[in-house]
Amino acid sequence: MRRKGVSYAKYGYIFSIPFVLAYIVFQLYPLLFTTIIGFTDFKGIGRTDFKFLEDIFANFKSVIKNPSFQKSLGNTVGMWIVNFIPQILLALLLTAWFTNNRRKIKGQGFFKVVFYMPNIITQATIAILFSTLFAYPTGPVNSLLQSLGFIDAPIYLLLNKTLARGIVSFIQFWMWYGYTMIIFISGVLGINPELFEAAEIDGATSRQAFFKITLPNLRTIMLFTLVTSLIGGLNMFDVPKLFQAGGPDSATLTAATFIYNQAFSGSYLYNRASAASLIMFVIISICSATLFLIMYDRDAAKLRKQERKLIKSLKKAEKETRRMGK
Amino acid sequence: MRHETTIPQKIYKVIIYVSCILLAILSIIPFYIMIVNATRGTYEIQSNAISLIPSKFLSSNYKVFEGKSFNPFVGFYNSFIISTGATVLSVYFSSLTAYALVAYNWKLRQAFFTFIMAVMMVPGQLLSVGFYQFMYRIGWTNSYLPLILPAIAAPMTVFFMRQYLIGTLSLDIVNSGRIDGAGEFHIFNRIILPIMKPAIATQAIFAFVASWNNYFMPSILLTNKSKYTMPIMISQLKGDIYKTEYGAVYLGLTLTVLPLFLVYFALSKYIIAGVALGGVKE
Repeated sequence: MRRKGVSYAKYGYIFSIPFVLAYIVFQLYPLLFTTIIGFTDFKGIGRTDFKFLEDIFANFKSVIKNPSFQKSLGNTVGMWIVNFIPQILLALLLTAWFTNNRRKIKGQGFFKVVFYMPNIITQATIAILFSTLFAYPTGPVNSLLQSLGFIDAPIYLLLNKTLARGIVSFIQFWMWYGYTMIIFISGVLGINPELFEAAEIDGATSRQAFFKITLPNLRTIMLFTLVTSLIGGLNMFDVPKLFQAGGPDSATLTAATFIYNQAFSGSYLYNRASAASLIMFVIISICSATLFLIMYDRDAAKLRKQERKLIKSLKKAEKETRRMGK
Repeated sequence: MRHETTIPQKIYKVIIYVSCILLAILSIIPFYIMIVNATRGTYEIQSNAISLIPSKFLSSNYKVFEGKSFNPFVGFYNSFIISTGATVLSVYFSSLTAYALVAYNWKLRQAFFTFIMAVMMVPGQLLSVGFYQFMYRIGWTNSYLPLILPAIAAPMTVFFMRQYLIGTLSLDIVNSGRIDGAGEFHIFNRIILPIMKPAIATQAIFAFVASWNNYFMPSILLTNKSKYTMPIMISQLKGDIYKTEYGAVYLGLTLTVLPLFLVYFALSKYIIAGVALGGVKE
């Protein structure tokens, strides 16, 4: 027992060093650098020198006033909502179907694999595939509409702004509902089965069991899905960029595409792009912090309730033993 | 009896199956059209862009790529190197960090874990300007390093590895290693890593796919055509040279999807299980 009494605590620090170093170099430093650039006159190709602006918030003011940025923010949120609401509803419906004990659905494994499949395919491929499917004058969608007799001649579908936005939302929905469904199903499997058994004994219908037991118990997982999906949605880039390059007429321009165009697509307005990134950073932080606080509060409230109950029952038990002792 | 099947229940069951089959078709059909059109000539596609039967223009479609910027094999090779490097670093160092969080009692342990939770959600895209400028200054644009090395700090992977370790690690094993005189680093490499194999396999798949599909960062950093990754190669198909070469575009897309299909259908069991694991986040 040579090593008895040795403290191993230092290894906790030592083994964390690679993570911390990589984090500082590749994430924290770039974040600080981006922040600094947001307050400077830094633009143009091949330059590395910059100085702080006299009006220190000038970049932020100009980005917020920029109609293109406002539009991109509106598009981002709009396209995310149009994808998220049907996505979560369909995922819940499929969860209800697949987890119903009385109505065993066969082939669930197959359905899960197929529904999830679009999620692992490169988004760049999916974006270009969809723009090719809707191509004008010769694309599969045009051919289909013609052979069904809906249209006589091919039409340039992607010139329609609403349709273009709708397709971007649809792609997100189509890529993510399978993922959300699998997460929800695993959430349901984590619910205490006694709850469902008790409900069945009490004569509850499947529908009642779903609304009174499944949904309330999925609340945390649903919130988690909401946060991650919102953050992903606010960063939507690959699909809108490669589907129609933000077009037609900026209809599918997202905030991330706006930032990319400012900095890396010929304009080299690094300072503006940094300011826009920081604005997005603040929006995303507020969103996720709010949702996490709600989640945390709920959990904390639940814990306090359980604690109180426990103390109460302990006191009761004490009293009873005392009474019996007399 | 509640368990008997009444007629409305049967109808309901039929509705469920029909809906699921329609959704399955919705997932598959875009890829099916893509693969079939990859074998059809541009003329055939122009007369009718939907066909369920393959044709015989595969090789002539492939010839269109000659001398153009789209080269799926270069893209495959580059993406493979980057994704492999990033995956190895990500799972190894995430395991190490998770082990530090679980097996040792140090003062900043809880604070460090809270920090990891907090930065888990920060999207890398938002630091792109600072990241690019930093890499430009140290001459790392057109290098694979800025796409591989950041994988050492992967908060999400650390989180999952920690969850797994809490459930499986027994300190008795660690202690018996210590009694045998093994060093802490040796214990991690020889005893802990093998225990973590299932978690490493799952996280490796996700890390690999995420790196493989990454488009934003490589498209900013890589300007040299010989360094292009697969997603950048795909974006080349959008160019004007392919405007009329529909068959070639479909073939290019197919070539980029095939490796993912192979991996997905071979490992789908583990992938679905891994996704489900991500849902139980408490």
